[in-house]
Amino acid sequence: MAETLTLATRDGTSAGTGPDPASPLAVRGLTVSYGEKPALFSVDATFPVGAMAAIVGPNGAGKSTLLKASLGLIPSVSGLVTVFGQPIAAARDRIAYVPQRASVDWDFPTTVTDVVLMGRYRKLGLFRRVTRAECALATDALGRVGMEGFASRQIGQLSGGQQQRVFLARALAQEADLYLLDEPFAGVDAATERAIIEVLKALKAEGKSVIAVHHDLSTVAEYFDHVFLVNVRAMAEGPVATTFTPEALAQTYGGRLAATHLDQLALVRG
Amino acid sequence: MSMGADFVQFSLTPILIGILAAIACALPGNFLILRRQALIGDAISHVVLPGIVVAFLVTGTIAAIPMLLGAGAAALVAVALIEAIKRLGGIEPGAAMGVVFTALFAGGVLLLEQSDTSRVHLDVEHALMGNLETLIWFQAEGWGSLADPAALADLPPELLRIAVVALAIAVLTVVFWRPLKLSTFDEGFARAIGLPVSVIGLGLVIAAAVAAVAAFDAVGSIIVIAMFICPPATARLMTNSLAAQVWGSVGFATLSAILGYVLAGYGPLWLGFDSAVSAAGMIAAVSGLILGLACLFGPHRGRVGVAAGG
Repeated sequence: MAETLTLATRDGTSAGTGPDPASPLAVRGLTVSYGEKPALFSVDATFPVGAMAAIVGPNGAGKSTLLKASLGLIPSVSGLVTVFGQPIAAARDRIAYVPQRASVDWDFPTTVTDVVLMGRYRKLGLFRRVTRAECALATDALGRVGMEGFASRQIGQLSGGQQQRVFLARALAQEADLYLLDEPFAGVDAATERAIIEVLKALKAEGKSVIAVHHDLSTVAEYFDHVFLVNVRAMAEGPVATTFTPEALAQTYGGRLAATHLDQLALVRG
Repeated sequence: MSMGADFVQFSLTPILIGILAAIACALPGNFLILRRQALIGDAISHVVLPGIVVAFLVTGTIAAIPMLLGAGAAALVAVALIEAIKRLGGIEPGAAMGVVFTALFAGGVLLLEQSDTSRVHLDVEHALMGNLETLIWFQAEGWGSLADPAALADLPPELLRIAVVALAIAVLTVVFWRPLKLSTFDEGFARAIGLPVSVIGLGLVIAAAVAAVAAFDAVGSIIVIAMFICPPATARLMTNSLAAQVWGSVGFATLSAILGYVLAGYGPLWLGFDSAVSAAGMIAAVSGLILGLACLFGPHRGRVGVAAGG
C-alpha cells in the first residue's frame, strides 16, 4: 500500500489536486511512519501566504512531524510538499527554521553571535568570509529579539527564554519569506513569549508567512489568524475565526480535552 | 656520536610518529565527543584489529590499502551485528555496541595468535602497544641528515604514511569546518538549510577510521582509543570556543606524545629500574593523566559527556 501511494504522489502530476503555487507551504498526501504506526496519514494542508498560522493538536498528533517532514528533516513514506510552488530543495533559501530548543546541546562551545551567524551559513558556503555586513545583520537580529547585550555570551549561560530568542534571531538572520517554528513558546518566560510574538507579528506586517507548532490552546485566537488542526490525519484547516471551534477541537482531541477546559478557551462559537 | 645524533637516529622519528598519530586521532575526536559519539572512536579502534588480521590473511601483506579496506569491512560487519543484536535480542544500543566491539577485538586476537605473521610486524603485543620504539632512522647521523636525500629515503615508511593521513585530516577539518560545526551543534537546522548531514556524519566516522588504521600500525590500539578522547576532552575543559578546543586538542596530543615517549624511555631509569616501558602505553597514560588534571582544575569542567573507554 505504501508503495502504491509513493508511485501515485511522488511526481506530483498524478496527485488529485495540485498544490497552490502561491502557498508558502502546501502538503499533499503526506504520510510519515515511525515503525508500524503512522505518525501522519495522508495529510493535506495549504497554508496561505502572509498568514500567522498555528499547527495545533494533542501530544503525539504529529505536529512537529508535519513540520519536520515538510522540511525533509525526516523521511516520509509518501507525499508531495511545495514551498511557494517549488520543491523544497529549490526553496531552501526562502525558509527560516526554528527547531525545538531542547533538540540541541546548549553546552556546545560557542557564543550567541556565532549561533546567529549560523543562519548565514547557507549563503556563506564553506569559505566566504564573514563580512562586516553579515555581523551587522546578526547584531540587528539580536536587537529585534532584545538580546543585543548578549552577543559574546557563552550559549551555556543562557536561560531557556534567552536560548529561544537566540534561535529566533538565527532564523531572522536567514532573511527568509517563510518562518517555520517548532514549539517556540515551550518553556519560556512570559517576557520572552511577548517578545517572540511581537517579532512574529512584525514579520507578518512585512508580508512574511509564519507557521508555528503551538500547544497552548488558550492563546491560539490571540496570536494566530490561521489554524491547522491535526491528529495523525488533518482534522480542520482555515481562519481561526471560523475553524477554531469547540466542535473541531472536540473532534481533534477526542476525549482528551475536558469540556470545562473548552469553556475557558477564547473560542469563536461556530 | 653526539647526543644530537643519537636523538635524531633513535628518538626523532618515533616522537614524530607518536605526535602525528595523536593529532590524526584527536582532530576527529573533537567532533565525536561533542556528538556524544566518543564510543564510536573506541569502537573503531577495536574493530580495526580483526579487519587488519583478515586483510593480512587474504592478501599476505600489511600494505595500507588492504588494511584500510579490511578495517572498513570489519566496521560494516560490526554495524550489521549491532543492528541484529538490538533487533533480535531487544538489547539497548550501548550494550549491543559494547558486546560486538569487544567480541570482534577478542576474535581478532585469537585469529592473530593462530596466524603465521612472523614475517611482519603483526602480533598481539604490537596490536595493543604498537612498535613505536623500533621505528628508528638507521641512516641518520645527526641533524644534517634532514638535508641528505639518501638518509631521508631511509625514513621509516610509517612516518610518511601517518604524516599524509594527519595532514589530510587537518585539511578536511579546515575545509568542512562550518558544516562540521553546524551539524554537530544543531542537526535539524543543518538539514533545514540543505546540508548533507548524514554524509558529513559518515565522513567524520570514515576520517576517524582512517586515522585509527594509520595510527594502529605504528602505535597500537591503546593509544588510538586514548587519543580519540583524552586530548579533545581535556581541551573542552579548558575553553568554551570550538576553534580553541580543536587547537588545544592538537597541543595536548603533542604534549602527551612527547612527554609519554620521554617518560617511557627515561622514567624507569630515573626511578632506579633497568629497562624502559612501552612508549604507546605511557603516551596513553600521560594523556589520561592530563585529562584527570583538567577535570580537577580546568576552568570549564563538568561539561563534557565523555563515554568511558574500554
